[in-house]
Amino acid sequence: MINLTANIAGVHFKNPIVMASGTFGFGREYGKLYDVSMLGGISGKGLTLNAKAGNPGVRVYETASGMLNSVGLENPGVEGFLAKELPYWETLDTARIVNLGGNTLHDYVLGAELIQRDAEARSLAGTTAVDMIELNISCPNVKEGGIAFGVKTPAAQEVVRAVRAATKLPLAVKLSPNAEDIAEMAEMCQEEGADAVSLINTISGMKIDVRRRRSVFNNLYAGLSGPAIKPVALRMVHQVAKRVSIPVIGMGGITSATDIIEFIMAGATVIQVGTYNFMNLRAGSTLVEELQQFMLAENISSLDEIRGIV
Amino acid sequence: MATVITNERLADGVYHLRVEGNYGGEMGQFYMLRAWGAYPLLSRPLSIHQVNDDGVEFLYHVVGEGTEIFAGLTPGDNIDLEGPFGNGFPEVEGKVALVGGGIGIAPLYYCAQKLPGSDIYLGFSREAFRTEAFRPLAAELTVNVGGLILDSVDFTSYDHIFVCGPHPMLKAAQLKGFAAETAGKKPGVYLSLENRMACGIGACLVCSVSCRDGQRKACADGPVFLAEEVLFHD
Ligand SMILES: Cc1cc2nc3c(=O)[nH]c(=O)nc-3n(C[C@H](O)[C@H](O)[C@H](O)COP(=O)(O)OP(=O)(O)OC[C@H]3O[C@@H](n4cnc5c(N)ncnc54)[C@H](O)[C@@H]3O)c2cc1C
Ligand SMILES: Cc1cc2nc3c(=O)[nH]c(=O)nc-3n(C[C@H](O)[C@H](O)[C@H](O)COP(=O)(O)O)c2cc1C
Ligand code: FES
Repeated sequence: MINLTANIAGVHFKNPIVMASGTFGFGREYGKLYDVSMLGGISGKGLTLNAKAGNPGVRVYETASGMLNSVGLENPGVEGFLAKELPYWETLDTARIVNLGGNTLHDYVLGAELIQRDAEARSLAGTTAVDMIELNISCPNVKEGGIAFGVKTPAAQEVVRAVRAATKLPLAVKLSPNAEDIAEMAEMCQEEGADAVSLINTISGMKIDVRRRRSVFNNLYAGLSGPAIKPVALRMVHQVAKRVSIPVIGMGGITSATDIIEFIMAGATVIQVGTYNFMNLRAGSTLVEELQQFMLAENISSLDEIRGIV
Repeated sequence: MATVITNERLADGVYHLRVEGNYGGEMGQFYMLRAWGAYPLLSRPLSIHQVNDDGVEFLYHVVGEGTEIFAGLTPGDNIDLEGPFGNGFPEVEGKVALVGGGIGIAPLYYCAQKLPGSDIYLGFSREAFRTEAFRPLAAELTVNVGGLILDSVDFTSYDHIFVCGPHPMLKAAQLKGFAAETAGKKPGVYLSLENRMACGIGACLVCSVSCRDGQRKACADGPVFLAEEVLFHD
């Protein structure tokens, strides 16, 4: 029997395959194509305290082996999410992660408090819908907040500390590859009581329309994801995993079982799959099956055997 | 995985693809197609041209890397299809005009089959294609090459008008709808939008459309929108 399970701060993952924020909605749409409860977990679309319309203009552009996106955190707001999505999340048998973004420190804290209060009320009623918070201090596509918190360690520290105080839910902090020193950032998160770090978010990039002599994006820059960023992501996961003792959630360009194994060997406890969901709408079920086959063929009975082996 | 039956060149850069299998779909819905491995990254959305017991058909224009690969497909080749997605055109009654510009005629063929007796307007910038297939389905067929097909359509004489074509044509159709309303006859003008897509199913929000009541998703709330609801920014 192959053991695919993992555990982060008491949250059980039936396998290491978690769907990345912003690429999977809240799971509903993919849930029409396959049983999303077969996944290790789902990180929902990034939320902000108040609903956001996102960025105007072109929001996606393909690049060599990657894509640039400039969605700009379009989302229903924390309360919209709690009201509209949680009845569905209650029915899922997978780790359910809220991805929380913000414009100001205040937004992050109020958002975390609302989620905490909802979780307490549900727990009294004997149910759960949110298992973990993933704090997004790394969105490159919003002007205020987002990335501004994710680049410099002292700015990030303030947010992590305040959100840690606002919630008892397991807390992962999602780091930016644009951080000045991502390993130092991860150490700070550990010191401030984060239960895990996840990395990487998209890399700030650009595309110019040479005929119109301007960036194709209204926001000038956009976030690069997909296979193009995998080597960078893998290196960063490796660096961070060597420096911290809390679990690392690794992601960036994963499209196959061997990609997953690479991230686990670099030290990740679980991984997330983003852009691949667009290349294969059944990415989750494909990868669960492929991973099992790969482990059988390679005689690996548990991911613990290879975790951090490199 | 599906199999290509035929992939016929109709005009310069325009192809008619037939794929074998048991497919569903309503008029105006689309499929996400890919005929390659990892690259290009994203699948390409194509409207249903026709669907029946033999399979599903598409009409496409070669504009870049993805459609170029489609153009190279030959009978027996494999192609991946996901769908049908999107809301599609509504089932309507009354007098209907179907107005297509260029490759925008693609979804209108299935509409013409479902709404027999419609007036059909097909406009092309350089070369007409597939017009003869439409003729037996039309109460009246108007074809224009080199002009503006919308100029031929009297918006006050229809109950419903379905429009698919390039962005400027959609904006112009919206204005003609407003003008018809001012003139005392309010047709239901429906536009099929072609926003860039990644997932095609409503999960990634890259295809967002600004509408009067807020942001909507072209892939899941559309691609067909009531013209008056859409806010055109550029
Ligand atoms: C709902 C819907 C239905 C469509 N139906 C048809 C159809 O029936 N026949 C047809 O010829 N075309 C149709 N299109 C447009 C078609 O999807 C694009 O022409 C095609 O994706 C271009 O791909 P490419 O790789 O050849 O071009 P590239 O320019 O290399 O594509 C690069 C990227 O831009 C996107 N893109 C480029 N042009 C468009 C466009 N006009 N609309 C949306 N995305 C675009 C591509 O999907 C890809 O992600 C439809 C688009 C949508 C959204
Ligand atoms: C369209 C899109 C939207 C995204 N939205 C979010 C978001 O709301 N919050 C977040 O933390 N990350 C967001 N991301 C980043 C992904 O979760 C992930 O970190 C990144 O895409 C790298 O993984 P990948 O290469 O597998 O896609 C988004 C990515 C994409 C492509
Ligand atoms: S293409 Fe992903 S939401 Fe429309």
